[in-house]
Amino acid sequence: MDTLALEATQPKKAQNGALVLLPGPPIPAKRKPAKKTKKAVVFFEVEILDAKTKDKLCFLDKVEPNATIGEIKSMFHKSHPQWYPARQSIRLDPKGKSLKDEDVLQHLPVGTTATFYFRDLGAQISWVTVFLTEYAGPLLIYLMFYFRVPFIYVPKYDFTTSKHWVVHLACMCHSFHYVKRLLETLFVHRFSHGTMPLRNIFKNCTYYWGFAAWMAYYINHPLYTPPTYGEQQIRLALTVFLFCQIGNFSIHIALRNLRPPGSKTRKIPYPTKNPFTWIFLLVSCPNYTYELGSWLGFTLMTQCLPVAAFTLVGFIQMTVWAKGKHRSYLKEFRDYPTLRSPILPFIL
Amino acid sequence: MASGEEDGTVEEKETNNKKRTKGAIATAWLTFYNIAMTAGWLVLAVAMVRYYLQKGTHKGLYRNIARTLKFFQTFALLEVGHCAIGMYCILKCYISISLQIYKEISRYYFWCAKGIVRTSVIVTGVQVCSRIFMVWFVTNSIRQIQNEESVILFVVVWTITEITRYSFYTFNLLNHLPYFIKWARYNMFIVMYPLGVIGELLTIHASLPYVRRSGMYSLRLPNKYNVSFDYYYFLIIVMLSYIPLFPQLYFHMLRQRRRVLHGEIVVEKDE
Repeated sequence: MDTLALEATQPKKAQNGALVLLPGPPIPAKRKPAKKTKKAVVFFEVEILDAKTKDKLCFLDKVEPNATIGEIKSMFHKSHPQWYPARQSIRLDPKGKSLKDEDVLQHLPVGTTATFYFRDLGAQISWVTVFLTEYAGPLLIYLMFYFRVPFIYVPKYDFTTSKHWVVHLACMCHSFHYVKRLLETLFVHRFSHGTMPLRNIFKNCTYYWGFAAWMAYYINHPLYTPPTYGEQQIRLALTVFLFCQIGNFSIHIALRNLRPPGSKTRKIPYPTKNPFTWIFLLVSCPNYTYELGSWLGFTLMTQCLPVAAFTLVGFIQMTVWAKGKHRSYLKEFRDYPTLRSPILPFIL
Repeated sequence: MASGEEDGTVEEKETNNKKRTKGAIATAWLTFYNIAMTAGWLVLAVAMVRYYLQKGTHKGLYRNIARTLKFFQTFALLEVGHCAIGMYCILKCYISISLQIYKEISRYYFWCAKGIVRTSVIVTGVQVCSRIFMVWFVTNSIRQIQNEESVILFVVVWTITEITRYSFYTFNLLNHLPYFIKWARYNMFIVMYPLGVIGELLTIHASLPYVRRSGMYSLRLPNKYNVSFDYYYFLIIVMLSYIPLFPQLYFHMLRQRRRVLHGEIVVEKDE
């Protein structure tokens, strides 16, 4: 005990990965003079092995017991610069779940020499980047079709506009929707994870851009047929669309307010004074419900089969996400309201 | 899962019994299925040889065997089901209501999780779908190409491949596999696959002018649903899709071949 206390009071030399960090929020690794403390501190040793080959990749000694996994990842990054922290998956068991960045070393079921397994998650890209790219695409692509840029339709229609007013309305709604999404990504959303695998951006962009092009081609086509029930149908569709857009935005604001800036806390969302959030009484993920509603409105407005297909595929994907979210809410919170369904009240 | 195994030996025995009965029924069905398919494709092969010997030409041969070919090729859809039965079980427990029931079902279906046939649903699905598409949507619908040589090419290739494949499965299920059948199954595809693909692509290519002229299976604008579909361009896209898909299937088979034919030798060396 005495020797350890002695070590704590002596200034530390820079060693490979060894850091003295004060308890608190994770900060980039810096060399700091040892804090003068009379309390005996038991330092941990951390061994990082490759999860597949079990090779020893890194050995860190004199790790503070209250160091977080995030800090350990930074230390590991110093010895292996090609694996930045977002790319690292650190786990207790080679086949187990990844440890969170906030987990504290001394609270984990490890001895004073901790063995972790490392898995490379592959190149990562930030969520914000992915969202911005996948939403900017449809916005621009749709406008290209709307203004009938050359090489899409027969040349005599280049740069003409449709004679149906519903086509103009549809363009405004579609553009509004994606501008709203872009602004929400920049100013509203608070993301749990910083990054996702790089290949996701190709997959997501293909989906969004592909469908946007397919929809826009038919809606802005010179031979477009307006909805069967005319103005009534369009008016109803517009009402549904706007209602759900406002609803979707209200939910995003409500979810943002659940989480203080910079934190990753998870709480049960409850209805607020805003009537659009009262749907929280019946549904776990009302943002998806409102999203489905918006696209149903748009389908009704344009009466276009590709739009219906896009709505359907989106609905299936959102249902899968909603069910997953609902299940994790149930697992995490004992007192989770039982009346709620994942995405559709009482149905799904 | 570890705690589940410690839970009770009684439960284990029950699960094992369930496994055994499930195993017996599945094996019996698969044996019947594979024998039937082997027989079917043999009938087809014999019919083709007889026709050629009698008539001396391949013209009109397709019309002669069309019905049998369509029947047995469509029957192969069941194969997707064989792999998928496992996935359906997983899906069922995934959707189940409470964690309690989930644990119960997952223990029971853990065996099912492998499917009753150890092949990926996607690989089998793609193969069977492409066959069905060729038979029903190309050769069946477009009469003018039925006397093309490319049609005979791929039909002959399919017949040889399927007879080898189904007899391999049959003998495997009966636990009495002659080496030459295994050799045939894992070596003939090296030549048969590319030949079959060439036959299929040439057939689709030959059908293009007729499709364009007749405008079959196509939907034009303007219409109420604001959608269009051009079968001609669809066929071109299908032909292009062979480029990414064929190498994947081919290398999948090559990897299987390496594992089955050469994997055994490695194991023996170790022991």
